Amino acid sequence: MAYELMSGSQAAAVAVQRVGVDLVAAYPITPQTAIVETLANFEGKGELGGEFVSVESEYAALACCYGAAAAGARVFTATASHGLAYMHEMIHWCSGARVPIVMVNVNRTIGAPWSLDPDQGDSLSQRDTGWMQIYCSGAQEVLDTVMQAFLLSEELLLPCMVVFDGFYISHTYEAVDVPDLEKTRKFIGPPPFTAQVQPEKPANIHALITGDMQADLVRNRHETMLRAPAVFKEINHRFAETFGRSYGVIDSVMPPGTKKVILAAGATAETVRWTLPELEQTGMVQLRMFRPFPREDLCNLFEAHDIEQVVVIDRNCSTGMGGILAQELQAAVYGMEKPPAVKDIILAGGIDLTPEMLVKALTETASLDKVEQKWGVDLR
Amino acid sequence: MRIDEYKQESEMLNPGHNACPGCGAALAVRYLTRALGPNLAIVLTASCWSIISGMPPLTALKCPILHCPFPSAGSVGSGLRRGLNARGQHNTTVVVLAGDGGTFDIGLQALSGAAQRNEDYLFVCYDNEAYMNTGMQTSSATPFGARTNTAPYPLFKEGQKKDIMQIMAAHGIPYAATATVAFPDDMERKLKKAQEIRGFRFMHILSPCPPGWGTDSSDTIHLSRLAVNTGFFPLYEIVNGVSWKMTCQPEGKRTPLKEYLQNQRRFKQMEDLRIEALQEEVDHDWEALQEKIEATKCSD
Repeated sequence: MAYELMSGSQAAAVAVQRVGVDLVAAYPITPQTAIVETLANFEGKGELGGEFVSVESEYAALACCYGAAAAGARVFTATASHGLAYMHEMIHWCSGARVPIVMVNVNRTIGAPWSLDPDQGDSLSQRDTGWMQIYCSGAQEVLDTVMQAFLLSEELLLPCMVVFDGFYISHTYEAVDVPDLEKTRKFIGPPPFTAQVQPEKPANIHALITGDMQADLVRNRHETMLRAPAVFKEINHRFAETFGRSYGVIDSVMPPGTKKVILAAGATAETVRWTLPELEQTGMVQLRMFRPFPREDLCNLFEAHDIEQVVVIDRNCSTGMGGILAQELQAAVYGMEKPPAVKDIILAGGIDLTPEMLVKALTETASLDKVEQKWGVDLR
Repeated sequence: MRIDEYKQESEMLNPGHNACPGCGAALAVRYLTRALGPNLAIVLTASCWSIISGMPPLTALKCPILHCPFPSAGSVGSGLRRGLNARGQHNTTVVVLAGDGGTFDIGLQALSGAAQRNEDYLFVCYDNEAYMNTGMQTSSATPFGARTNTAPYPLFKEGQKKDIMQIMAAHGIPYAATATVAFPDDMERKLKKAQEIRGFRFMHILSPCPPGWGTDSSDTIHLSRLAVNTGFFPLYEIVNGVSWKMTCQPEGKRTPLKEYLQNQRRFKQMEDLRIEALQEEVDHDWEALQEKIEATKCSD
């Protein structure tokens, strides 16, 4: 074991270097820059193993990854906020094209006005693009998840987004257990997928098709993505055998007698975890996988513990509806024999959640049955 | 090419493609793939060729075509080239194929980025001077005075056609050339020359469009030749952004532009004043080109 002090962003870059990729194409944006700078440094020292391409936009970064992945290369990119929004067309295209790509998104509010705080609306608004999304709450988790994301993406031929909060994760330094290079390469192995572009094989790749043909492809993509939780668990089983750590699609803490759980994704999950001892009969769920939405895992957990209420921490707001995680959860628990009530704490603007705010939120949501939503700013 | 040198087996355009009769773009790609094949991979952005290429599992070409979103061609080409290299396929020629919209307009940023990085592939713009696949709307490659469905009569395209060749020359890329379908030998020589060069290469191919231009499908070659002979579309090449050379002179004195314009419906009802204005623009550009060519000769 070799512990090193590094930020979440550096952990993401180190994971990419450990995995070994053919190509990194990226464009800088706050708060993602440390990822691309660290990867460029690896290339400078001849340690990246592949090529680092400084492209002219985020759109170009993902387009470049698409071209390389279509040729059978293992690729990576990273972005944040406006960069992710700018990629939007390519994000759809890459999942439709079924190319494996791993992309890190560092959460940051999308303007106007300009804002830097880690609202998760940037990645959550890419919900319907056909990418898998996994949210991380710390640097070690980032490193491990980025490595695992390559295996998941290459197994299912679907692109995967690894997401973490700007600054709280990206710029916070933690002791991280950095896996040995050779051990990692052996664990990951070479890219197992077949190149779509093979010069000797004429093919009209991703050309115009009929709605009927598209319907089959969309269905196949959906059904393939539904396999992600099982594949992810299997990857983590092997990961644990090699590296001694593992993660679930959801990770929960359920103290005895828990009737209420707090659900959070990303850095706020860590705040919840640390606040839990101060709360009575309250458990927590860290939602790691957001797409596909781990409906079965969540419902089974709630059912097993007879959970009556779920308080969702939503660091986002879908204007006109509310927190996105709460909406997703309500849809997921609909049809359960005894579905838990869902309360929503909205930390729009990426505002911080302190333990004091969390305690206050739980008190207020418990006493006001009909209040479904609570604004984070009102809890200060 | 002499007819006795022609080899059917080097054709890479399959019969039964979806181009309109007399399509300049279909001819251009036929010449292109024949000159550069068979070890070829094409990146194709949204354009007429998205349709011409056919519906999978059918394909119009005997090489892989990787389709990509409209603004992305230049970047996808960069990725495909590097991806193929990573898989040891250095000998495959990568061609990025885009129309004028995907080159002059929505694709310009990616094109500029790739050219600046000197990516190792050939970018080919087949220019039919408007958004023809969507039914003839104005692009920045549409010439002054032309009517389109976003500039219908009595409106007309105002402003000059964007000078894409000067833009590419300003990037200092190893090779850039113009070509058109009436001069297949000139086009083939340039394509083969470009294929031998490493780094970013650019070809601008004028491709007449009978339904868009409002011309008879049998007039494609005639119009392509007139475009050259009037000086509207001179045939030249630029090496390293600085060395300019005419490759195919107009036959005799330059033909008056009016002869090129008069049989195209898009220029119908164009007032003499505007024809003169366009003629002046063509003359001015022609002189400017000659100056660059002379300057190159002097420095050689």
